[in-house]
Amino acid sequence: MDITSDIHSQHISRQFNQELDELKTHLMAMGGLVEKQVQDAVAALLESDSDLGRRVVDNDRAVNDMQIKIDEECTQVLARRQPTASDLRLVLAVIRAASDLERIGDEASKIARNACELIDANNGTRGFVEVRLISEHVRRMVRDALTSFARLDTQLALQLVHEDEEVDNEYRSAMRSLMTFMMEDARAISPVLSLMWILRALERIGDHANNLAEYVVYLVKGLDIRHTDPDDLDEEELGPKG
Amino acid sequence: MSATRDPRFAPRLAGACIDFAPEASCLEIQGLSLAYGDTPALEALSLRVPRHRVTAFIGPSGCGKSTLLRALNRLHDLNEEVVREGRILLDGQDIHAPEVSVAELRRRVGMVFQAPNPFPMSIYDNVAFGLRLQGRVSKRKRDDTVEWALRSAALWHEVKDRLQASAWSLSGGQQQRLVIARTLAVGPEVLLLDEPASALDPISTLKIEELIRNLKSTLTLVLVTHNMQQAARVSDYTAFLQGGELVEYGPTDTLFTNPRLRRTENYITGRMA
Repeated sequence: MDITSDIHSQHISRQFNQELDELKTHLMAMGGLVEKQVQDAVAALLESDSDLGRRVVDNDRAVNDMQIKIDEECTQVLARRQPTASDLRLVLAVIRAASDLERIGDEASKIARNACELIDANNGTRGFVEVRLISEHVRRMVRDALTSFARLDTQLALQLVHEDEEVDNEYRSAMRSLMTFMMEDARAISPVLSLMWILRALERIGDHANNLAEYVVYLVKGLDIRHTDPDDLDEEELGPKG
Repeated sequence: MSATRDPRFAPRLAGACIDFAPEASCLEIQGLSLAYGDTPALEALSLRVPRHRVTAFIGPSGCGKSTLLRALNRLHDLNEEVVREGRILLDGQDIHAPEVSVAELRRRVGMVFQAPNPFPMSIYDNVAFGLRLQGRVSKRKRDDTVEWALRSAALWHEVKDRLQASAWSLSGGQQQRLVIARTLAVGPEVLLLDEPASALDPISTLKIEELIRNLKSTLTLVLVTHNMQQAARVSDYTAFLQGGELVEYGPTDTLFTNPRLRRTENYITGRMA
């Protein structure tokens, strides 16, 4: 059975409603923070702002703390409420999503560290076009993943699953052009490697956003589409809520 | 009892019950309707109970789950108010057929109730009670069967040194396992359990649940319970009843993680209808 966005607020136990509500609210707050971290990390590079880069690295601790808090809340709900059906799926999806958000946070902090190195090395703007393109794409993916989670929107979630393929293509093409830089100028190897780490981190963020989208499908439809080829997904079964 | 269509029953609701094709069925309920006088309790309910599996009936109070369970070994026979239509087949044979003896049916389909009800006699005599009713059995054979039944009910090690003690000297959990042993002694094929652990402490409950799991290698078990976690823990299939009708029936694995219907979801997650 598909679920709708009001479903977790209809329990006879109001306390239970509140607990599930808090899980969702805290996950969204964590999502907001992680989104900001990615944005700032990329801005640190593109605007050569190493102070901002260092703030992103410091803030990663806050992201980690939020994951621990959400995990603890989920543990409490599992132990005290023994949730079933969509409630159980919500708790599982929140645990998994928090773990992916934490990894996105780690990637953001990786981007920020590499950005600081590039700023110190006076790299100029080489590779910025690629970073800007992919970062805009994956940031949109993270935002859409969080929106689809908040609205339980499987259509939006499924779009993301397809978009991840595009990011992978953009990443491969960016890698090729960066390799050309390295071949042309051996002195560029070190800064270009840093850029490659940044692009790699962005590509991983896209993968995590894709995972978030898969959890939305699991939460709403009860279908586990992880490790499924996006082209094999049965759009009809996953289609609008019936 | 009436075999013809009774006007008190609502028209059969096509598609109201979600059936599925479980494994080889042991019991088959076909269009069963049952009313206590003017009050309908079950409406055109069809369901197949797979052999050597645990099937749980869940649902709110008054949903008809106990009524259905009792119908499976004809416990309503003596209640003149009860009106029934539809059929119940045990291994393909109608349990209400004139040639079926109720005593033999109840030997084949045993029942365990909510409150343990040992007879006021020794532990040994409780288990041997059914055997003695069945007629002459040698003492040796009887001793063997009593031991086997007590072992099957996971009680032997706790009572083997005091078989002559009163059954009432046992704890609630032990009494319930004694009652199960008494039922097993006559060699049933089906065991019906009506809230078998609701009066027991958590440890005794787990022992009963473990016993249920072990018994399904040789028996078909049907369990009625208010405790959904219990149904989720022990059953292979779960049927959700509401207002005398079968709402959803399916593998326990999916019913508790992703039920097909909103009504089921609302009940098992504790939501307002």
